Amino acid sequence: MSARIEPISGRYVHLEIEGRPYRIYFEEAGSGIPLLCLHTAGAHSSQYRHLMCDDAVTDRFRVIAFDLPWHGKSNPPVGWEGEEYKLTSQFYVAAIAAFSQAMELERPVVMGCSMGGRVVVRLAQEQGASLRGVIGLEGSDSPSPWYDNSWLESPEFLRGDFCAALVSGLVAPQSPDEFRWETLWHYYQGGPEVFKGDMHFYRTDSDYARESSTIDTGHCPVYLMTGEYDYSCTPEDTLRTAERIPGAEAIIMAGMGHFPMSENPAAFRDYILPVLAKIADKD
Amino acid sequence: MFECLKDAVAGRPDLQRIGRYMDSSFLLEVGDTPYHVTVKNGHVTAVDTGPFKMRSWDFAIRASKEVWDVFSSDMPPSGYQDLFAMTRYGHASLDGNTAPLLHNLRYVKELLALPRTLRQETSQ
Repeated sequence: MSARIEPISGRYVHLEIEGRPYRIYFEEAGSGIPLLCLHTAGAHSSQYRHLMCDDAVTDRFRVIAFDLPWHGKSNPPVGWEGEEYKLTSQFYVAAIAAFSQAMELERPVVMGCSMGGRVVVRLAQEQGASLRGVIGLEGSDSPSPWYDNSWLESPEFLRGDFCAALVSGLVAPQSPDEFRWETLWHYYQGGPEVFKGDMHFYRTDSDYARESSTIDTGHCPVYLMTGEYDYSCTPEDTLRTAERIPGAEAIIMAGMGHFPMSENPAAFRDYILPVLAKIADKD
Repeated sequence: MFECLKDAVAGRPDLQRIGRYMDSSFLLEVGDTPYHVTVKNGHVTAVDTGPFKMRSWDFAIRASKEVWDVFSSDMPPSGYQDLFAMTRYGHASLDGNTAPLLHNLRYVKELLALPRTLRQETSQ
């Protein structure tokens, strides 16, 4: 087998979020319209590696993804050892804004998956004028829990292999084994209780259903793309959200689960390329 | 349906390793037929078929025969591909003390998948 180097580059940026310094890891590839990608709860930016290696995307888009603090190769803040990690809606939005400003992303398209697919609804509502559009993968405007909140107090959330097993059924049966297990490995890698900390945002601090109808999709188009097999953000959750946002487009992806960009990159490509083309052509 | 678990796990050292901390018994109901599964250190030491009179267990997973058949098919439709998909959509129920389940979640999920795995291995 001959060696092959991918076109992705990874670097670190030092910035402040809510007045506190952070060292943030990010990866990027391509040039053109900034396409800022947000990873799922408990995971990291590697989920977008396939998009970053696809010429059909990187010819027109600068695909850029960062690891949230506590995730992947981004540090927790200094003093973390005495704190409990709990992602809030306010901090999540501030982190995205801080990264966008630090990287001087001009009117980016923001695409997030799962909790990232949730927060883009708030971004579209509050900052739509400064965005080229948002894509919510497995996204909806409000929580739709599928297990009891008491489970979050279980010590199992200290363990990555538990977090992986908790979400394993969200990968569609059609997805190739190689990418199923790579997707789950991201959960094995998570720091203790980081996934749980993200659940604070995803399950209790991200109900945007009352405000989502005020999004101006004329300025900021909203695409909601959800896998047929997703029982965390169900197709019904997504369709209901799209009904509340005038002009939003919902796309249900057949044979797909909760992690489209990483669990089945070839199938996801067929769905995402037309959406990206629409955004680029509008521009 | 789940009589196969004991022998199937006996031939799978990797699965035994994944479940090596599990020491529990649980109930799998297929329609009216209850299977009482005992696990010790990752080995399935017994699968007893009911009915039982006040047999104890930690947790119970219950679904109709039709639902388990769909779950065990090669490409289950949405809502049937995983224990939690089935509980979310009301196709299956989960009761009891979930702590041993959560502590050994990958192992138990792989046990539940064994009827499908065995059939696929046979057909290959």
